[in-house]
Amino acid sequence: MSELRLMKGNEAIAEAAIRCGTDGYFGYPITPQSEVMERLMELRPWESTGMVVLQAESEVASINMLYGGAGCGKRVMTSSSSPGISLMQEGLSYMAGAELPCLVVNVVRGGPGLGTIQPSQSDYFQSVKGGGHGDYKLIVLAPASVQEMADFVELSFDLAFKYRNPAMILSDGMIGQMMEKVELKPQQKRWTDEEVAQMHSWATTGKTADRDRNIITSVELDSEAHEQFNNRLQAKYREIEEHEVRFEEIDTDDADYLIVAYGSSARISSAAIEILREKGLKVGLLRPITLWPFPTSRLQELSGKLKGILSVEMSSGQMVEDIRLAVNGKVKVEHFGRYGGVVPSPDEVADALEQKLIGG
Amino acid sequence: MAELLEDIKKPENLVHKKSSVLTDNVMHYCPGCSHGVVHKLIAEVIEEMGIQDKTVGVAPVGCSVFIYNYLDIDWQEAAHGRAPALGTAISRLRPDRFVFTYQGDGDLAAIGTAETIHACNRGENMVMIFINNGIYGMTGGQMAPTTLEGMKASTCPFGRDPKTDGNPLKMTEIVAQLPGTNFVTRQAVHTAAAVRRTKKAIRKAFEKQKEKTGTSFVEVVSTCNSGWKMNPVDSNKWMEENMFPFYPLGDIKDV
Repeated sequence: MSELRLMKGNEAIAEAAIRCGTDGYFGYPITPQSEVMERLMELRPWESTGMVVLQAESEVASINMLYGGAGCGKRVMTSSSSPGISLMQEGLSYMAGAELPCLVVNVVRGGPGLGTIQPSQSDYFQSVKGGGHGDYKLIVLAPASVQEMADFVELSFDLAFKYRNPAMILSDGMIGQMMEKVELKPQQKRWTDEEVAQMHSWATTGKTADRDRNIITSVELDSEAHEQFNNRLQAKYREIEEHEVRFEEIDTDDADYLIVAYGSSARISSAAIEILREKGLKVGLLRPITLWPFPTSRLQELSGKLKGILSVEMSSGQMVEDIRLAVNGKVKVEHFGRYGGVVPSPDEVADALEQKLIGG
Repeated sequence: MAELLEDIKKPENLVHKKSSVLTDNVMHYCPGCSHGVVHKLIAEVIEEMGIQDKTVGVAPVGCSVFIYNYLDIDWQEAAHGRAPALGTAISRLRPDRFVFTYQGDGDLAAIGTAETIHACNRGENMVMIFINNGIYGMTGGQMAPTTLEGMKASTCPFGRDPKTDGNPLKMTEIVAQLPGTNFVTRQAVHTAAAVRRTKKAIRKAFEKQKEKTGTSFVEVVSTCNSGWKMNPVDSNKWMEENMFPFYPLGDIKDV
């Protein structure tokens, strides 16, 4: 049975992970997301569902534990915040190269460096452009509520296994720390070892006489063969771009101006739209739910009838580049952001839109 | 001569059979390298224990990165140094499986030091095979964490100087001190007797895994005749005279 509860975004991640049948969580403490592992340790899922929860020695170890678990065909996840996610980039590249599914939750804080523990959205580039070495993509989902923090855990696993690719929930310190009501889904069973062996013929479940040995690897020294492999990866990414774009629109039907914002910024921007509409300005909001694949086609469609687009991000301007690429000069695209841990107010966003797109 | 060869091929004259767990792939190792011998021993142990369908190996980065081409079991190839992290998750999520890592000295004792120590300290139920030849083989003979004092490598061409290069690391003695290890031994494969002892040690390490009492760690002091720039026979002699005094053979811990 579903259950209505009040909790933090980070706690919702933990609850949803257990309920959707996650096999293993491997993590390392870092603010502002430590509640994920703390909650898991409190709930002791190894006694109820058999889920493994392990505090690793580092983020480097955590992501490589995901590699090992995913290689066995298991649903494995970790969570961290920006500096920790940077440490995981090597592992994510290896997992993309070995085509392993997993879930990584990034509760973003302000950078660069040790930065701040306050919310930020300055890891956009790292998340949607690959992040580590080589040509690869992560499937990136951006929750804008505690409910979506919970819902996107299962969705991420579904997409990760459908395409055999790492998935990321790109959240931020605000969504992670704020409390909201959340409807939790009923407990689902974990896959049995037999189901795993049946569903994931590629997994290292133990080589039986009726099949060849399974090898999870990303190394290929023959350049021609490696180019072929990369072509296959690219074909997979094109398929994801075609089928998995998700976004939400508010008041775009009659809009002259569009705000594009995700996560916390989308929440703030939806309040800014109300302020601007009261002033008689027709402003809409496009909220990308998948940051990769990006809603490029929808932006292209909308661009013809718009007078201007404002990208609102808690960064110095990262997603704005993807919006400009999408509209290809058809319409003016400006950026407004507060960063370094500063969260903008709806008034600031409304003012920025008037100033940057309308003038005066 | 031809008649003699035909005679040898007869089943009744068979004195040694290649392990069914070894594939027919031609190994890429240099002549005289210890890897091939250790691979063969692991394959024999897996075959003799009848655990081919229950074993998952974790391959390293280094010369033995392609070990998965030679042993007919399921494999995962780890990033440099991270094999114990993979092994941890495999062992935790599939406690019914025999898990082992196979790593060289750069992988296990330099870039992967943290993963090695913490996996052994947690007592993850897995076997760790540690090939120590005191040099980076695959990248072309650079200084390793286990390179002996005075030993030459391409990044210490005048010999390792502890003042500037640091000291050789005895990782096996370190992990033996950790409560999570149940069997820690150092062996070699330079003579027939040593090969037999190493096989016994590997067998014991795998058998120990049935107890679920922690990590079983087998170091094999090895040669790298290409990296050392010596022929295989001289390499073995050099190893006995120089490596063994600093890395003495024998069981260090057995609980």
